[in-house]
Amino acid sequence: MSLQVLDGGMTSPATDAAFAFRALMNVMARPGQIEQISQATGPAPLSTAAATVLLTLCDADTRLYLAPSFQTNEIQDWLAFHTGAPMSDPDEAVFALGHWAELLPLHRFPVGTPEYPDRSTTLIVEMDDLSQTGAILRGPGIQTQTALNLPDKQAFQDNAKAFPLGLDFIFTSDQSVAALPRTTEVS
Amino acid sequence: MTEYNFAYLDEQTKRMIRRAILKGLAIPGYQVPFASREMPMPYGWGTGGVQISAATLTPEDTFKVIDQGADDTTNAVSIRKFFEHTANVATTTKTAEATVIQTRHRIPEDPLTDEQILVYQVPIPEPLRFLEPRETETRKMHALEDYGLMHVKLYEDISRHGHIATAYAYPVRIEERYVMDPSPTPKFDNPKMEMAAIQLFGAGREQRIYALPPYTKVVSLDFEDHPFDPSKAPHPCALCNAEDAYLDEVITDDEGARMFVCSDTDYCEARREAGHVGKDAI
Repeated sequence: MSLQVLDGGMTSPATDAAFAFRALMNVMARPGQIEQISQATGPAPLSTAAATVLLTLCDADTRLYLAPSFQTNEIQDWLAFHTGAPMSDPDEAVFALGHWAELLPLHRFPVGTPEYPDRSTTLIVEMDDLSQTGAILRGPGIQTQTALNLPDKQAFQDNAKAFPLGLDFIFTSDQSVAALPRTTEVS
Repeated sequence: MTEYNFAYLDEQTKRMIRRAILKGLAIPGYQVPFASREMPMPYGWGTGGVQISAATLTPEDTFKVIDQGADDTTNAVSIRKFFEHTANVATTTKTAEATVIQTRHRIPEDPLTDEQILVYQVPIPEPLRFLEPRETETRKMHALEDYGLMHVKLYEDISRHGHIATAYAYPVRIEERYVMDPSPTPKFDNPKMEMAAIQLFGAGREQRIYALPPYTKVVSLDFEDHPFDPSKAPHPCALCNAEDAYLDEVITDDEGARMFVCSDTDYCEARREAGHVGKDAI
C-alpha cells in the first residue's frame, strides 16, 4: 500500500465532517448556492470538494458507483481505506461519482419507489467550474429564483417531473460545491 | 469532553443521520426512515431532535433549546447541558444569537434568518397514524397521495364542534404533495413555517427524519367555507403586553384567577427589557 493511499483524509474527522456536512446541507437546502469545502484531498482527477463529499457521506453502508474516468486503482484504494464503501453498478448505487457525460444515461440509477422515494441515487457530478449563471432555478429552498451553470436542462426537467421519485445531484469543482434536489424546477 | 466523540454520537451514526437529512431536504415532507440510536435520555425526551442536533452541530455554533417556548424547563436545560458537555458548543437563550435551535413544540416569535437551523423534537411523525394504525397502509396512502381520510377527520370536527377543533399538530400540505405533521406545535405557529431557516424534524422512537428547505410552501389543510384560523387566546401578554405572541394560561391561585403570558420566554423578556409593561407585571 503506497503512502498516497493513506494521505488526504480529514485531520480531525469529527469536526471536519461536521463543517463539511453543514456546507452540504446548506447547498442541498438552497439549490444554486455555492459553498467551499476542502476538508479532504484524494488522488487526481478527484476534486477536493468531491473527495470531501465522499468522506463526509460514504461508508461501508453506501454502495458507490465510479464512472470510468474515476475507476483508477489510486482512487479505489484511497476510497477503500478512508470510507470502506463497496463499489457497485449504477443500478444499486447509493452514490455515484463522475463527469456528466459518463454518468449518462441517468435511467440506469434507481429513483426510489413510491413508498420509499428516498431510496434513490445521489449523483456527485464533477464540473469544470461552478457559477450562478445559466439555467434558472425555482422551487423549495429558493425565495424567488436563482441560477446555476447546469450541464444540461432537459435531464433535470425530466427528473423533476417524476417527483417524489427522482435523483438528487451534488456538483463539485475544485473546492466548490452546489446541489440540485429533485424538487427544483429548471428553465 | 475527552470521554466523548464530538457531539456524543459516533461518526458512522452521524453519517447515516446526515444522509437521511439530505434525502429529507430533497423530498420535503416525506418521512425518511433512519436507524435511531439509544441516547442517554428516555424516548419522549427529544431523542430524535438530539440526534439531528448531534449530526448538525459544528464547534462554531451557538445552541438554544426551548421547551414549549421556554429556555428554563427541565427538558430544555438538560439538552442544552448535554451539548455543552459533549460538543463544547456555546449556548444561549436569545433567539437572535442562536445558530441552531432545538425546539419542543414551538416556533420562536422572532422571525428566523437564513443563518439559523430549527430542529424539532417529534413524538408521532405520521399525521395519519391516529386515523390508520398500520404503517404499511399509511405508507401506501402517502405513495398514492390518498389524503381523503384526513379531510374526513377535519370535516368530522366541523360537524361535531362547528369548527375545526384541532388546535395543535394541525396537518399541513407541503409543496402540494406530502401531508406532514408539524409536530405538536400550536396551529398558531403553522403560518411561520414558510421561513428563511432550514427546518429539520426528528422522531427518535419512531425512527423518522423529515425536513423543510427554506421558503418551502406549507399550507394548513382547511375547507373553503371553514378557512384555516391560526387562533390564540384573545388577550395581550400579562407581563409584556404583546398582542402578537402565543400565550400560555397560568393559574395563579385556588380561586380560579389566571393570567396569560407569552410562551416564548426570550421574546417576553426582551420586550420587558425594552420597556413594555403588561397589566400584571411587577
